[in-house]
Amino acid sequence: MRPATKASLFSVIKVLRASCRYNVGCTYGSGFSAGHRSFSSPPASPTKVCVVGGGPAGFYTAQSLLKGSPHIQVDIYERLPVPFGLVRFGVAPDHPEVKNVINTFTQTAQHKRCHFLGNVHVGKDITIQELMQAYHAVVLSYGAEGNRTMGVSGEGLPGVYSAKDFVGWYNGLPCNKELQPDLSHETAVILGQGNVALDVARILLSPLDLLKKTDITQNALETLAASKVQRVLMVGRRGPLQVACTIKELREMVNMPYTAPDMLPADFQHVAQALADLPRPRKRLTELIMKTLNEDHRGRQGVKRWGFRFFRSPLEVLPSADGSRASGIRLAVNKLEGVGDAVTAVPTSEVDEIACGMIISSIGYKSLPIDPAVPFDFKRAIVPNNMGRVEETTGLYCSGWVKRGPTGVIATTMNDSFDTARTILQDLESGAINVSVSRPGSSEVVPLLEKRGVRTVSFADWEKINAEETKQGTAVGKPREKLLDVREMLAVAWT
Amino acid sequence: MSLVFAAGRLLSGASRVAWRKTSLCGDPRRTSARQICSRLVTGALWSENKVTVNFINRDGERITVQGSPGESLLDVVVNQDLDFDGFGACEGTLACSTCHLVFEEEVYHNLGPVTDEELDMLDLSYGLTDTSRLGCQICLSKSLDGMTVRVPESVMDIRQSGGSV
Repeated sequence: MRPATKASLFSVIKVLRASCRYNVGCTYGSGFSAGHRSFSSPPASPTKVCVVGGGPAGFYTAQSLLKGSPHIQVDIYERLPVPFGLVRFGVAPDHPEVKNVINTFTQTAQHKRCHFLGNVHVGKDITIQELMQAYHAVVLSYGAEGNRTMGVSGEGLPGVYSAKDFVGWYNGLPCNKELQPDLSHETAVILGQGNVALDVARILLSPLDLLKKTDITQNALETLAASKVQRVLMVGRRGPLQVACTIKELREMVNMPYTAPDMLPADFQHVAQALADLPRPRKRLTELIMKTLNEDHRGRQGVKRWGFRFFRSPLEVLPSADGSRASGIRLAVNKLEGVGDAVTAVPTSEVDEIACGMIISSIGYKSLPIDPAVPFDFKRAIVPNNMGRVEETTGLYCSGWVKRGPTGVIATTMNDSFDTARTILQDLESGAINVSVSRPGSSEVVPLLEKRGVRTVSFADWEKINAEETKQGTAVGKPREKLLDVREMLAVAWT
Repeated sequence: MSLVFAAGRLLSGASRVAWRKTSLCGDPRRTSARQICSRLVTGALWSENKVTVNFINRDGERITVQGSPGESLLDVVVNQDLDFDGFGACEGTLACSTCHLVFEEEVYHNLGPVTDEELDMLDLSYGLTDTSRLGCQICLSKSLDGMTVRVPESVMDIRQSGGSV
């Protein structure tokens, strides 16, 4: 039997078993919530929940709600015609295994009580208040589309990019397709040392042979093929013991062919003696960085270089002589104060400069407010909430980065989304959400959108886009060739 | 109904093991036709050649199942439809830590070598212990028959802290 036949047979059987489990009401090994049981008396009409945002938070919240009650129907609204959020647009092209979660999201979207509605801009095409009238509960899972700025002069010069835009560019996010990053200079400086910074460094220095088999956009591939970047430095405020990246990503840089590490031994003065007391994850990470110090790469020719620069914070982006672009960055030299995880960087009077033609700030994504009716904490850039219940509201919830802040891996968001779903299920059971009134859900929202000239994209429509991208990718030896233009996506979706 | 379930289990187990290349035990990168065949034969048809595994889930309940030699613990969880929320998100490709399991001490030392790649992901898991491994990397053999593994919490349980974050 061919794998495709096996897989479809398998999914038929799984759907049969899943629907049997729901109808019988069996909660075998639920491991979900010690207090959760199915409803003793079902509500008069289905409970309708609206999820705003079709990324991991939205899908995991939906998945958990669908599993938690047989009476819930979930509609997932997404601004783009395509689902999956940062799994599609954030995860690096050379990390395809991380994108396997798309399989479970696809199962969720195809669930008979779930509907995906793409091409809907919540906050513009429809308000949160209108959604709250049409649904019993609304969940905000729209993530973080902004980025933190360095707040230094020269930040607006050509040659300075946010990591969010650079990643969006090589991953085919439609609004970043015109970025045209200038890769004609030898040195690139990245502010930040988290996994996003490591991703950017790795994409800048990866051999083309590896990248061309991924789903990186053709445009990015061609730009990288012409790149003159030979050296990438990742700058962090604190020291080696505080570096925010994780070991898998660091190991990928250490093992990258045709590259050599470029570290400053002076940055590592007190690190060796601290090693013994570190917990295993931090210890292994630090030992791996220190390994790069002990290898002598100075004599090697024709290799690209990557490294960390520690104890540095940006003060100013320096312009070229004619003022037309960035040509360097001035940095404050820091010292550390405090102990343990609470160590902070405090600037000294010393400064440093690195000459470079490209600066990428990778200091954090940032959520933005979606609708004036929704409370927003501008200091923390999240929707203020208590265990996922949005403060000062009833029937409004949040999950993912917009709830907790823009950190963590997909599994972190997954657990967080399960938590919000648990809160919603508790509120349904306790009566905090009134399900005795039936709500129209999408049967009210979709006609309203149509009146406003907005036509939705269904999951089946996305599958046409998916098929087209896969077909175009196969022709050039890639898993897919992403469509970069929203109009093109819609044209394929609605054929 | 039970016939459908039995047939479904047989087929889904075999199909899942056969087409998901990346979680093959001992060979995370390569597929061997002989391995697939021998696994189909041993796993699907010979019920004497089974390994009993006891899982303690996050509610403290014990769930006892039987797997086949050569199956990974992630395969067992998937094939036996064990309901551990979020388990195995990356489908056995060492790109997450959601199949984190905690073993008994004596069993842990008999589990075979751990690669840097597994340790790298294990290091990210919540509640890491000295006898933790990733389920997708542990293959069943007769010597593990009757072992008990615990599915740890994947995040600090807010319920335990009385609801305050």
